[in-house]
Amino acid sequence: MGFLQALRRARPLLRSNFTRSRIASQWISSTTDLRNPEAAAAAAAEPAPAVPPRNPVGGARIEFANPDDAMEVFVDGYPVKIPKGMTVLQACEVAGVDIPRFCYHSRLSIAGNCRMCLVEVEKSPKPVASCAMPALPGMKIKTNTPIAKKAREGVMEFLLMNHPLDCPICDQGGECDLQDQSMAFGSDRGRFTEMKRSVVDKNLGPLVKTVMTRCIQCTRCVRFATEIAGVQDLGMLGRGSGEEIGTYVENIMTSELSGNVIDICPVGALTSKPFAFKARNWELKGTESIDVTDAVGSNIRIDSRGPEVMRILPRLNEDINEEWISDKTRFCYDGLKRQRLNDPMVRDRDGRFKSVSWRDALSIVAEIAHQVKPNEIVGIAGQLSDAESMIALKDFVNRMGSNNLLCEGNGLSPQADIRGSFLLNSSIAGLEKADLFLIIGSQPRVEAPMVNARIRKAVRASQAKVAYIGPSTDFNYDIEHIGTGPRALIDIAEGRHPFCSAILSAKKPAIIVGAGIFGRKDKDAIITTVETIAKLGGVVRPDWNGLNVLLLNAAQAAALDLGLVSGPECISSAKFVYLMGADDINLDGLPRDAFVLYQGHHGDKGVYRANVIFPSAAFSEKEGTYENTEGCPQWTVPAVPTVGDARDDWKIVRALSEVAGVCLPYDSLAAVRSRMSVVAPNLLNVDERETSTVSQGLKPEFRRELSMSPFGVAVENFYMTDSITRASKIMAQCSSTFSKK
Amino acid sequence: MPATRHGAKRLHGLRQILLSSHIVSGTAGAGQSRSYSTALNYHLDSPDNNPKMKWEFSTTNMERVKEILSHYPSNYKQSAVIPLLDLAQQQHGGWLPVSAMNEIARVIEVAPIRVYEVATFYSMFNRTKVGKYHLLVCGTTPCMIRGSRDIEDALLKHLGVKRNEVTKDGLFSVGEMECMEDVTPKRVVEIVEMLRRGEAPPDGTQNPNRIRSGPQGGNTTLLSEPKPPPCRDLDAC
Repeated sequence: MGFLQALRRARPLLRSNFTRSRIASQWISSTTDLRNPEAAAAAAAEPAPAVPPRNPVGGARIEFANPDDAMEVFVDGYPVKIPKGMTVLQACEVAGVDIPRFCYHSRLSIAGNCRMCLVEVEKSPKPVASCAMPALPGMKIKTNTPIAKKAREGVMEFLLMNHPLDCPICDQGGECDLQDQSMAFGSDRGRFTEMKRSVVDKNLGPLVKTVMTRCIQCTRCVRFATEIAGVQDLGMLGRGSGEEIGTYVENIMTSELSGNVIDICPVGALTSKPFAFKARNWELKGTESIDVTDAVGSNIRIDSRGPEVMRILPRLNEDINEEWISDKTRFCYDGLKRQRLNDPMVRDRDGRFKSVSWRDALSIVAEIAHQVKPNEIVGIAGQLSDAESMIALKDFVNRMGSNNLLCEGNGLSPQADIRGSFLLNSSIAGLEKADLFLIIGSQPRVEAPMVNARIRKAVRASQAKVAYIGPSTDFNYDIEHIGTGPRALIDIAEGRHPFCSAILSAKKPAIIVGAGIFGRKDKDAIITTVETIAKLGGVVRPDWNGLNVLLLNAAQAAALDLGLVSGPECISSAKFVYLMGADDINLDGLPRDAFVLYQGHHGDKGVYRANVIFPSAAFSEKEGTYENTEGCPQWTVPAVPTVGDARDDWKIVRALSEVAGVCLPYDSLAAVRSRMSVVAPNLLNVDERETSTVSQGLKPEFRRELSMSPFGVAVENFYMTDSITRASKIMAQCSSTFSKK
Repeated sequence: MPATRHGAKRLHGLRQILLSSHIVSGTAGAGQSRSYSTALNYHLDSPDNNPKMKWEFSTTNMERVKEILSHYPSNYKQSAVIPLLDLAQQQHGGWLPVSAMNEIARVIEVAPIRVYEVATFYSMFNRTKVGKYHLLVCGTTPCMIRGSRDIEDALLKHLGVKRNEVTKDGLFSVGEMECMEDVTPKRVVEIVEMLRRGEAPPDGTQNPNRIRSGPQGGNTTLLSEPKPPPCRDLDAC
């Protein structure tokens, strides 16, 4: 009844709307723009030529999934086309306007609590927080009006109210968002005369230093820990002026990605503990390079001062590490300064090493290499070897008449004929699209944290299911632990397991096999079983290749591409072993009278057995090609000079070949690479992932018995996996702190 | 030189502030720091409050927990955090040990930090031990003008405790909150004595001349029937 009455009352109004539209619509809206948005938009678009077209901020890219989803907004009068669902801030970025922000981060959820990104939107009564405001068609955004500027100045005054004035002693100084933005929006004096708030510092472990008084409560670290790292330790405690970031109970941040909170913290509240008070960021030289501590090949920037690596930061690469890196990548750098080999050394009769000149060392080795039978020569590439040095080693050993070449970690009789059988075929970024994961004998969280972060991203974004076969281990997402050994694999392959229905119903299933199984005798049988499962579940299709192998070491993929494919059984008959940075190979079976040449940069496990040491350059000191687990070759760039008398690995091999009388035909890096292109042309296509086009079906069938022993753990200690990280004091601290529990 | 004059004026002002604060702290005899009604925002282990302590809902309260959880969809159990914190606080004598919060986190299937965040946000969740009677004095400006500090002083003096401290017999503690009652220093001491004797003081205002939250001596405004809100006359349009 009431409704009808209301309708009757409203009717004159409706009628008047049609008849006397001018007056009535004036009553609804006061501006001419709303009455005629098209004309207003055209009018606003008209002065556009006066505004030069701008480039998107930070290379902001937009993709229109559906052309209908495009809409036009005006940023400072400049029209931009953006997809629906973008926020005002993103629209401004596309239009080339950088909006100041503290709490907004493109990879984290939107909090909208710093209020620094206020902009003026036409017909909005107040400035709006652009990071949290969805853009609407025809919206007129004004970013440089007095209202927007005044709003930001007000916010900045509040932020600086409780912020200490310790920029001169703050490690963030020079790369601090608050410092930069206070240059634009800050006042030269504050009106706040009370005492500044102070907050108790928190202990977040040996990597992250906290000065919580500097915190501006942007909650980026809380969101990072919850969303990306998957450790819910950090939270926002208290309220009002007593609000603070903390863990409430004494709790260190046990994440392999914890170092990233240092980067995302816009102020100096979370800084690097090992880097504290070591250098100012403007004194540092940044070198864009590649990480080699795992097989992911995270893109990094090595910041150095003079001959010293001061810190390592991540570099954006959407396909590999996004903008995160693991703690091992970030903090292993102090290992580059310790335990270094800087002179060629020869072991005396009394078992002590004596420094000798390169000439003497080379001639001793060359002489001994000729004294043994050709097939007693074994070349072993270490896990940090670059492709150039491996091809040089291979050519040298081949010219000496042997083909015993292996790379540590590749296990027994590696299969390198089909590239697809040892690569992460769906690519690291492609894992995001998968909706079902079957992880076999791999602990991605410790083997490749960046790959794990992708899996977690997929699990969070699309509720992808994860099943895991292997020893019980830590995951930072929900998994279904369906077995510990090959028994579960057989059950799935034969269709008995309840998981079969899940893999059949999945649209994009991904199987990830850990490289840890390479060391097993029944490796081929396991791979065959996995391939059976893949066939069963439609994992490998023309549009989707979900059969993946997750490698462990930076050198593995390139070694397989270059054909360093002998098994470690040749060690037992070796008389001359060329260890090129190989520290983790098991030399127990080596005859006692065998001669061991260790060429590497750290005095690590390999040195204990060595007779002669050749010092070589670490990844931060040389130019080298590393192929990551998805088959993407990348280059490292020298950031600092080599230590002492050390040389690049391939140059040492080249020099030795000349002294040994089997001179290798290359004198420059370009020549080595052209030789490399003969063996594995894909290694020359830097930063391009070359997928394997060969079908898995071409692979010969293996009929071997599966052993029922459960899968092992490939990485015992995440923080100490290679000679650099084992020499690092920070990594030692980490492993003692985090493995205490 | 308006700028110089302004600067000089400001300096003078600052000096005055510094001087006056010095005098205040001198007379008070102790460094007056800003005191918040809430306790610390982090946990310190103590014998009666540590994560190792076992804490469970009582059997009767477990029924209540089930009932509270039934109000929310099973995938939004975390919505029950505030009712459960309240229940736990009631069960544990008016305060929440850290192990109780851990237990709630377990019940609603979230990380403990998410429960800590809520518990630290609300000042009526006490995360340190309080007395059987937790007496809260208003700390707002109007009450300060009307003498709330005298009331607090009277309470603290009578009970012989500091703020946020519990009396030795475990009966009383004094804290700060926003206004609820209308009392005088004399009356609070009387109330405390009543509580100590086990009597229940009358709730609501303690001023006999007021009816509930109405003004002293009866209403002075809003004496007639409230008028309905004015409406636009639609027929006139």
